[in-house]
Amino acid sequence: MSIVVKDLVHTYGAGTPYESLALDKVNMEVADGEFAGLIGHTGSGKSTLVQHLNGILKPDSGQIFIGDVDITAKGVKLTEIRRKIGLLFQYPEYQLFEETVYKDVAFGPLNLGISEEEAEQRVRDALSTVGLDFGKFAERSPFELSGGQKRKAAIAGVIAMKPEVLILDEPTAGLDPKSQADIFDMMARIRAEERIILILISHNMGDVARVCDKVFVMENGRIVLEGPPSEVFSQGELLKSKGLGLPPAAEMIHMMRESGAELPETPLTVDAAVDIIDEYLLKKHDRSLAH
Amino acid sequence: MIRDITIGQYYPGESWVHKLDPRLKIIVTLVFIVALFLVKDFVGYIVAVAALGIVIGVSKVPLRFMLRGLKAIFIIIIFTFVLNMFMTGGTEMIRLGPIAITYEGLYRAFFMGLRLVLLIIGSSLLTLTTKPVKLTDGMESLLGPFKAIGLPAHELAMMMTIALRFIPTLLEETDKIMKAQMARGADFESGSVFRRAKNMIPILVPLFVSAFRIAQDLAMAMEARCYRGGEGRTKLHELKFKKRDLAAALLTCLFLALIIQEQNIMAALMPTLASLASNLAGAL
Repeated sequence: MSIVVKDLVHTYGAGTPYESLALDKVNMEVADGEFAGLIGHTGSGKSTLVQHLNGILKPDSGQIFIGDVDITAKGVKLTEIRRKIGLLFQYPEYQLFEETVYKDVAFGPLNLGISEEEAEQRVRDALSTVGLDFGKFAERSPFELSGGQKRKAAIAGVIAMKPEVLILDEPTAGLDPKSQADIFDMMARIRAEERIILILISHNMGDVARVCDKVFVMENGRIVLEGPPSEVFSQGELLKSKGLGLPPAAEMIHMMRESGAELPETPLTVDAAVDIIDEYLLKKHDRSLAH
Repeated sequence: MIRDITIGQYYPGESWVHKLDPRLKIIVTLVFIVALFLVKDFVGYIVAVAALGIVIGVSKVPLRFMLRGLKAIFIIIIFTFVLNMFMTGGTEMIRLGPIAITYEGLYRAFFMGLRLVLLIIGSSLLTLTTKPVKLTDGMESLLGPFKAIGLPAHELAMMMTIALRFIPTLLEETDKIMKAQMARGADFESGSVFRRAKNMIPILVPLFVSAFRIAQDLAMAMEARCYRGGEGRTKLHELKFKKRDLAAALLTCLFLALIIQEQNIMAALMPTLASLASNLAGAL
């Protein structure tokens, strides 16, 4: 399955003095099994775009193909689309409402009309995927968990619907480093086990560079740059002009280059940066020995 | 869908009406509402409609926005209209079995309906052309004299400001939660009334939690900035009564006088008009 977005246009508050064009002819393609990253400054249209992908918002014009189904066509069953496309909103812990974590995670699957037994199995699987112990958390109230645990419980609620595409809108915003790392481990696990499409919206360039296969850069409702992270993040000046930045590793090499070091490559991760610097220092050492 | 609600909605603009002193606008609105109940006949309604029409024209707020406010009370207007039409005695016009429509009934129904429409449009014009902050400033100032008898004018105004300020925030919050639950397969549009009410739980619980969280954050932020109520508090924008406010006040007095004296004026004019008409007829 793949996602193809064609000339998508969306206007908020059409016909009022507060009218604003949120998506301006967006085109986007994500292939089967790909991990896509979506970056852009606040208000660039990222969240609006992903809310179209599972039919929560309707476009003014344009098409969205999930597999070979056009979900903007009339008469498409929305429940079917929402089963296929799991969308995790920003700060998803504010959508928790049930008495127990178990009931909250089971809310989505039960809405899809599956049996109680299967729902229980899915809750067990989803909680273990996000790293919450079933025995310890299932019967607790979601409101008495810590921030990170609430976030994980909310993510479990989306995973339990067994989506074929999982969209995460800033899943690590406002969490402590340990919880952030847990959530990235979880994404890696889902990717390895399920081979589904993942789309990540994030303001953390380091995270996006590390985990994504393909990066889309949005500005003012348009996609202005796309490609593999190594390509996108080699355009530091362009990204900075769009209110974005480089991953820390790339930023550091960039600074070293500016102060005269001969470093041809742009690394995306700290490990890669360490290798490049090692190599550079070795070369420099050899050269000084040769003198 | 949730964005269509227009309670206390402000339509940004720079018109003469927008710039008027909010205290005056509140008083004018009250005068207009009272005047609507003093109107007794056709000519009076023409005066009221014309006056409102002129103010709407000057304010440059599209008529659409005024009418949007009517949607909410459409049923009440219809109800009033129908009730008055059937329940008023007088000369029969049409009779369908036990139900009769009288000329008097139709006349009254029409004017009652019109009165309601004018009432709503008149008061929504106030909120459409006045920023909530200014509106509450005006309220506080007008309630000022009652402080002497223990009315907490500032606190009331502050409560109103906060309530108005958070209507859009809570609507946005509702919208967000609704979308999040829809993404988890929740269905708010189909099923019986009972089922639909039950389906609202996934929205209401998080919404209440959010509302309390927002209230607590706001209280803390206010305390952190040393808010301690109205005693000795100064204002960044003091309200000033300007020349245009005086002009508007005079026009309002003229309007009220016209409404009150309209029958006398018409009675005084009638003989002149009649003789004018007969003279014309004779000349032809």
